Amino acid sequence: MITACDVTKRYPEGREALRKVSFEITAGEMVFLTGHSGAGKSTLFKLLAAIERPTSGSIVINGQNLASLRRNAIPYLRRKLGLIFQDRKLLFDRTVLDNVLLPLAIVGHPAREAMRRAQAALAKVGLPNREKAFPIALSGGEQQRLAIARAVVNRPAIILADEPTANLDTASAAEILEIFRAFQQVGVTVLIATHDPLHLPHLQPRILRLDQGEMSDAQTQSTEGGTA
Amino acid sequence: MSAWLAQHLAALRDALRRLTAAPLNSLLSLLVIGVALTLPTAGWLTLDNLRKLTGDTPGVQQISIFLALDAGKREHSEIESRLKEVRAGPWRFVPREEALKRLQASEGMTEIIASLPRNPLPDAFIITPTEAQPEALESLAKIFSTWPKVAHVQLDSAWVKRFDALLRLGKLVVILLAVLFAGALVTITFNTIRLQILAQAAEIELAKLIGATDTYIQRPLHYFGLLQGALGGLCAAVLVSAGFQLLTPPVAELARLYGANFALQGLSVSDILVLTAIGSALGWLGAKISVLIHLRRII
Repeated sequence: MITACDVTKRYPEGREALRKVSFEITAGEMVFLTGHSGAGKSTLFKLLAAIERPTSGSIVINGQNLASLRRNAIPYLRRKLGLIFQDRKLLFDRTVLDNVLLPLAIVGHPAREAMRRAQAALAKVGLPNREKAFPIALSGGEQQRLAIARAVVNRPAIILADEPTANLDTASAAEILEIFRAFQQVGVTVLIATHDPLHLPHLQPRILRLDQGEMSDAQTQSTEGGTA
Repeated sequence: MSAWLAQHLAALRDALRRLTAAPLNSLLSLLVIGVALTLPTAGWLTLDNLRKLTGDTPGVQQISIFLALDAGKREHSEIESRLKEVRAGPWRFVPREEALKRLQASEGMTEIIASLPRNPLPDAFIITPTEAQPEALESLAKIFSTWPKVAHVQLDSAWVKRFDALLRLGKLVVILLAVLFAGALVTITFNTIRLQILAQAAEIELAKLIGATDTYIQRPLHYFGLLQGALGGLCAAVLVSAGFQLLTPPVAELARLYGANFALQGLSVSDILVLTAIGSALGWLGAKISVLIHLRRII
């Protein structure tokens, strides 16, 4: 589903954020991307979402090589991804429902169909009765659920989440991870970048560890943290 | 097709929402655009009225052909047939006897004419040309003067020429004004769209990140410029119509004092439509340029 091969990202000022990173994620997998802050997680997230382009190497998502993607093809790639941003990027001047309707409006779904899908997405993340509320009235955990609902409303095959549990208490973080787990169980490929140590050994996800821009060997949760 | 239409309708709704979201700002922008369009429109309308004043008044322009005193019936019919050929316009033959009678009828002339040994007046043709252009009249007069037994061709065109030159000057001024204010309109739209983009930077960035095409993002902004220009055009139409409404009675009064029957012509429905279309086009252009320049900075 996602294949990265010798991906290097060098910024103009000379800093090398990623160095020869390679990995493969198969369809339906749930993978955690971990590492200290500054290890290159966010850079990799940006490369996968085609927000930035790799300096060298190739990233193939769903058979499309991002390195050779034309500029006007990028929007159509992003519609197939469910992106969850570190800063959530909710629109605070719109209701919860309107936030979720936005991706559907962009694709151009008929209004009634869009409404049905948005309500279903909100129900799936556990926010069924907050449609008319504004995001400011939601708790941190609820805002994150809203961000997830917006990401999945287009039924993407891949979810990319950048630090989705940051600034959440342990219980809320666990609930958020359970939501991702539920999506993975219906066949969605999920990649979560997080610097938090993970408290959910029963998820047994694969872990990709980034260290100063380089990929350490892939490990699984069971060998990583059996503390819980 | 229906999806395409739905997207456009959604963009139009979005533009309307943004326009009504800050009513005072929108109203001020509309007024500025309206005033900018009012000046050239009023100038154009004034010129149009002046042109009608000369063009519509019958008998303002005449060409008189005076025949030689020895011209006879044969020459008359010759000139008549030639006049028919050139189709200069309706004409009328004034025999010398009739001309003398008319002259006698005018006050103070009776005695002078009675003292003349014989009728000094020639036969004449008076043509009311259908062409109003001074150049066309001049060339007609030149043609007439080459005809046989034509002693003199009189074209009272000096004032027509002056007036025409004045109209042309006025036209130039109106065109310059129009260009200037069209530039102003584009600039105003450019700036409002810039502010719109700044205010919605977060929304635009997000839309872009979750798969919005450039067209999707630009469409409501283009509609915003177009709507603002169209409403500004309507605003100008209202201002100009109101101004001409105020001017109509005094102008009619003035015309009556000069013995003329002249009514000021305001904007017609098609004028208003054209004005709105011009406003829309300029607004759209301003939006287009602004979007090209400012969206790049966000994404």
